[in-house]
Amino acid sequence: MDTAPGADLAARLTQTAAAARVPASMTALDPMRPRPFRIERWQRDLSDTFTIDLAPLEGSPLTFRPGQFNMLYIHGAGEVPISISGDPERPERLIHTTRAVGQVTNAMKALRVGDVIGVRGPFGTPWPVEAADGHDVVIVAGGIGLAPLRPLIHAVLARRGRLGNVVLLYGARTPEDILYRKQVSAWRGRFDMTVHVTVDRATGRWSGPVGMVTKLIARGGFDARDTAAYVCGPEIMMRHVAQALLDRGVAAERLFLSMERNMKCAIGFCGHCQWGPDFVCKDGPVFRYDRVATRLAQSEV
Amino acid sequence: MVSLQDMDDLLNAHPFFAGLGPKHLDELAGCARNERFDAGDYIFHEGGMADRFYILRHGQVAVEVKVPHKGSVVLETLHEDDTLGWSWLVPPHHWTFDARAVSLVRAISLDGVCLREKMETDHELGFHLMARFVPVMGERLRAARLQMLDLYAPPA
Amino acid sequence: MTGEAHQHSGMTNGAAPGLVCLTDDGLAALFAVLREAGCEVIGPTVRDGAIVLAPLTSVDDLPRGWRDRQDAGHYRLAPGTGPARFAHAVPAQGWKRFVHPPEARLWTARRDSDGDLSIEGPEAPPAPRAFLGVRPCDLAALGVLDGVFADPGAAHHDPAYALRRRDALVIAVSCGKPAASCFCAAMGTGPAAGDTGADVALTELVEGDRAVYLARAGSPAGAALLEAVPHTPATDDHHTARRAQADAAAAAQVRALPEAASRILADATEHAHWADVAARCLACGSCTLSCPTCFCATVEDSTSLDGATATRTRRWSSCFTEVFSYIHGGAVREERGARYRQWITHKLSSWHAQFGTSGCVGCGRCITWCPVGIDITAEVAALAADRPIRNRRAPARLRPQHTGPRRRKDDPPA
Repeated sequence: MDTAPGADLAARLTQTAAAARVPASMTALDPMRPRPFRIERWQRDLSDTFTIDLAPLEGSPLTFRPGQFNMLYIHGAGEVPISISGDPERPERLIHTTRAVGQVTNAMKALRVGDVIGVRGPFGTPWPVEAADGHDVVIVAGGIGLAPLRPLIHAVLARRGRLGNVVLLYGARTPEDILYRKQVSAWRGRFDMTVHVTVDRATGRWSGPVGMVTKLIARGGFDARDTAAYVCGPEIMMRHVAQALLDRGVAAERLFLSMERNMKCAIGFCGHCQWGPDFVCKDGPVFRYDRVATRLAQSEV
Repeated sequence: MVSLQDMDDLLNAHPFFAGLGPKHLDELAGCARNERFDAGDYIFHEGGMADRFYILRHGQVAVEVKVPHKGSVVLETLHEDDTLGWSWLVPPHHWTFDARAVSLVRAISLDGVCLREKMETDHELGFHLMARFVPVMGERLRAARLQMLDLYAPPA
Repeated sequence: MTGEAHQHSGMTNGAAPGLVCLTDDGLAALFAVLREAGCEVIGPTVRDGAIVLAPLTSVDDLPRGWRDRQDAGHYRLAPGTGPARFAHAVPAQGWKRFVHPPEARLWTARRDSDGDLSIEGPEAPPAPRAFLGVRPCDLAALGVLDGVFADPGAAHHDPAYALRRRDALVIAVSCGKPAASCFCAAMGTGPAAGDTGADVALTELVEGDRAVYLARAGSPAGAALLEAVPHTPATDDHHTARRAQADAAAAAQVRALPEAASRILADATEHAHWADVAARCLACGSCTLSCPTCFCATVEDSTSLDGATATRTRRWSSCFTEVFSYIHGGAVREERGARYRQWITHKLSSWHAQFGTSGCVGCGRCITWCPVGIDITAEVAALAADRPIRNRRAPARLRPQHTGPRRRKDDPPA
């Protein structure tokens, strides 16, 4: 002990008040560092929308719950939050559907099979599938909002036996903008699910409904007072759909929607996605309507 | 042709007329008749005399407008239980758009001229009809405004 | 080290509850011990007309005699002759920059000829450091940042922050001369350094023409440090003087935030006053940069010319910029009033919901460094006094309302 008092002192000086609160586990993982994934499949869905399937270069696949999102890093372009669009029971196919609207998503659109991108996640709150047990289910999608709802539809169909009626209401801009067209047709062909699709603008030979997705709610097919509702689309669409569902008698505690905000970290460090007291990245993106109804009506919050 | 009693029952069972008393339902039934349109039939044309409205019982109707170089543009579609037409209520009683049956359509039509006369003498009936049409018009206006926003358009 | 000091420091389990007294020489010795142990010592020093936090080479770098004067939109430094080294209020910056740097490399990604990506982690954390002269409000701010980046109960932690925090020995110094901008007493964070959080808590007393330092260890590291420097037990007079200094420093504070600030903000989402603030606020972000707890950051990528290497850097950002809330199509908060509302509501209200504490520690920097003198305490008072409006757009007032202390007329011109 007496042989190296200096070393002993230096060692004791590391026993700071803060050190006691920083266990080794806190510094072991770096949540900002992406994992490399390879694009296994690239498919154009719409003129500006595409779907990629990813597999990790090494390590286990990334398991997720419906409604969660990943941060996708495109080398040389940047990182964006993109919701996961695949089947949660098939995590080996990590699927993201993206609309090319900015610098990063446009760079992503130019990628092809074999290219490697970075993935962090999954992040965020999931759609509470179990909230629908014993109830009817209404899923209302607007535009690209169908993408974050697709894992939920998979999950709902996986527990179909526990649910009452299942209704999917989908509003697209034009018939050419209907996402996952084949799959929507397949769902429509099922006997255990009702699917209504409407478009804002009829083009070509479209002979289906024309009008806002809110109008589909009036067509029923579910017992509003005994229904769990899941809504995703542009904020204005979600506000009006939520109101139409509430007007029909859907309980605010069984109504869920998914928000979108600017994100740089997805783990509550960057502050960009704050929405009132919530971080959309970790307290959302899926919120229960009654928790956020006031904020939803306020501008620029 | 259905009997007056059958029409009474039909109207009575329809959500649009829910809450109306037997006296008023009788009055409405007197102005009502069954209609059928085949796919492609025009139910009315823009500018035509708006002398009736329709309660859709089956099928899909497209409300359209003719646009130069574009042909007919569908503004919205109406379906089972929807009401079609409110121009009969508003002078000078001309249709503002075309209405076309997209599929086989079965409907009940109510004679607007007959109804306007009855509403003139029976303000209570007038009130009940107005109270049912105003929300329909409000809902259509809301949907039209949202449609106008083009919510799913690519960001500018 | 003397045997006597050992006796009076009352060592048990490495923590020293006793108060001891260091002379000028004791402080210099403490500095020397830290340097010999390999610590970089960071503390207040005079630079560019302000007291800033920077690496120090000796106790002589401390701002001996200097006094500062701070008020809304106002900061002046005056030289003095007194022996005190800590006669100033808060330095121009907080300690945030040393644990959550304004710019830090997160990782570097390399793409090889096969197109594969390899991603290397962040830069190595700095060598152990000592933070000397941490004001109690700033000590509280470090605790607030811990809640954001290193909460043991959270799902994710910032390892770079946690390492910097772990390896910094914190020497707090009680505040004896608060500025007009200060309101730590109302926030419960100062002016006296408490017994927790710091490794050593100092109180500077002036005895004639010399300063003495009453010290108490708050951790094993603090105890080891005090053991290693010459000291005497604190006297009863020392205890009395220490309490008197704390009482006087609390009583001298002219600003305050009400305890109900969180509720006032939560209820004020729709309020005419936001338009009033918007008419004054420049959206420059000075408040967020000077705030010791504002943690928001963005990331930037820079790519090498051949495109093979990309480096991701985290930089401080501010909720006052338009890009902060940008999502495809535009910013969520386009109005300046909405951005100020976001900042102050987050700081004083949402923070409680997010982290169980206020985001404000009462340091007053946002008041001092606002170029137009917007005063967080005055804005809360205005929001509390006026009735919130609902369901209508707030009309802009013709003249701003001020309810808090304003810049004094006798202040020297800039």
